[in-house]
Amino acid sequence: MRSYLVLFQMRFIRGLQYRTAALAGVLTQFFWGFMYILIFEAFYASSSTPQPITFHQLVNMMWLQQAFLALIMLWFRDSEIINQITKGDIAVELLRPIKLYEFWYARLLAQRTSSALLRFLPILIVTSLLPYPYNFVLPPDAFSFILFIITLVLGVLIVVALSMLIYISMFYTLSGTGSILIFGVIGEFLAGLIIPIPLMPEALKRIIYFLPFRYTTDLPFRIYVGSITHNEAIISILIQIVWIIILYIIGKLWMNKALKRLVIQGG
Amino acid sequence: MLYWKYVKILFKSQLEYRTSFILLSIGQIFVPFSVFLGIYFLFQRFQEIKGWSLWEVALCYVIIHIAFSLTECFVRGFDNFSRLVVTGDFDRILVRPRSTIVQVLGSQFEFTRIGRLFQAVVIFIIALTKVQIDWNIIKILTFILMIISGIFIFAGIYMIGATLCFFTIEGLEVINILTDGGREISQYPINIYKDWVKKLFTFVIPYGVVNYLPLLYVLGKNNQVIYAFTPLLGILFIIPCILIWNYGVKHYLSTGS
Repeated sequence: MRSYLVLFQMRFIRGLQYRTAALAGVLTQFFWGFMYILIFEAFYASSSTPQPITFHQLVNMMWLQQAFLALIMLWFRDSEIINQITKGDIAVELLRPIKLYEFWYARLLAQRTSSALLRFLPILIVTSLLPYPYNFVLPPDAFSFILFIITLVLGVLIVVALSMLIYISMFYTLSGTGSILIFGVIGEFLAGLIIPIPLMPEALKRIIYFLPFRYTTDLPFRIYVGSITHNEAIISILIQIVWIIILYIIGKLWMNKALKRLVIQGG
Repeated sequence: MLYWKYVKILFKSQLEYRTSFILLSIGQIFVPFSVFLGIYFLFQRFQEIKGWSLWEVALCYVIIHIAFSLTECFVRGFDNFSRLVVTGDFDRILVRPRSTIVQVLGSQFEFTRIGRLFQAVVIFIIALTKVQIDWNIIKILTFILMIISGIFIFAGIYMIGATLCFFTIEGLEVINILTDGGREISQYPINIYKDWVKKLFTFVIPYGVVNYLPLLYVLGKNNQVIYAFTPLLGILFIIPCILIWNYGVKHYLSTGS
């Protein structure tokens, strides 16, 4: 366990070095968030019937999405891992006295957290200074905030476990940029990153609740804006834990299987 | 013509990796389609947006996406220009007795965008069956002009982005705000936005003349024929961009690598 913690730490510190990239990222994410808000504002202005979430709640979800984008997006490319798989450097990795699944998991987790830590504060601070209804506000009560933190952390564990599956699939496809693209897009749609899940048709919502994707973003953010009750949130935490265990087992088994048939072609 | 020779050669070379090509093209269908699916679901809930129905908005959407996918395919050289500066390959282009623009255009094509084009064309056909249009020859011409106009605007922005590379060496992500962001904004009719957004995307970066203004005429929301020809203004957008590019080429200092 200790070696994975050290690994996490090293990756984390390394990630913190890319400050200019983070600044550029903050600016673009700020713009994208604003753009989505403009589009949804137009939709909300065209209809007088009350929606499942208010416009201000939606704005807050958008800002959270942009602030924590590095944590929640399904596909966060690690070119080193991809190179290991496609170029055969993985042979060296397998010689190390550590488990490959946990090794990569720690790496990917560190990358996401360091990247998000550099970005989320500036975005949330600036957006909280905007005029109503575009401003970012605190959650309705302290307990919601605690639930938000817990579900966000568990959500990240799910995201990384899901992205591990993408990497493992590359043992079979070797490049597979196309299949990754498809998986990424479908996953993001089901996570509510294209349009928020409360605004989707009821039938689709029912399917989405059976899949792991919404537990990564939709759940924590809606807890934050107060669109999910505390009771439902606590049940969802249990579901999140179950998903983490399931995805971990699938990933682990699949990776062992992939490594068994792995052929390193010299070069 | 030299440009078509480039197209032919690079098309053949990309087809060498057939499976990867096909998979990537299919992947390209999904990316924008998920956005359209989002729009579709939003209309289930909201019915209309500032007087525009789903399939009218879909026309806005397909025009911008057809133009964008064609630009990404044929003007990719400028989109990915930083590569030429970083490696110093641009020096080689400069010593050849041909126009820099043609050579940069010919340096790369992205034929997998056929997937993106395909989904846009399919939605286009469906949308045409769902909306009422009193067809005449001007309206057919307008559709063609809209797409050409869109290509010229996207290409112009890529050129400006490429010119910036002369000074920054690195490619700038910021320019994506203008292309990807502009594309997202203008897949809806721009009258749904606040006044300043509308003005920005009509007078500064004229995405509005690509789809919104001409569609007013095509859909019979406004009968002044002048609107049918507003896409011509978008084509003019390329002129300042070419001037900026030429200025950049003159001030180019090689990285030496």
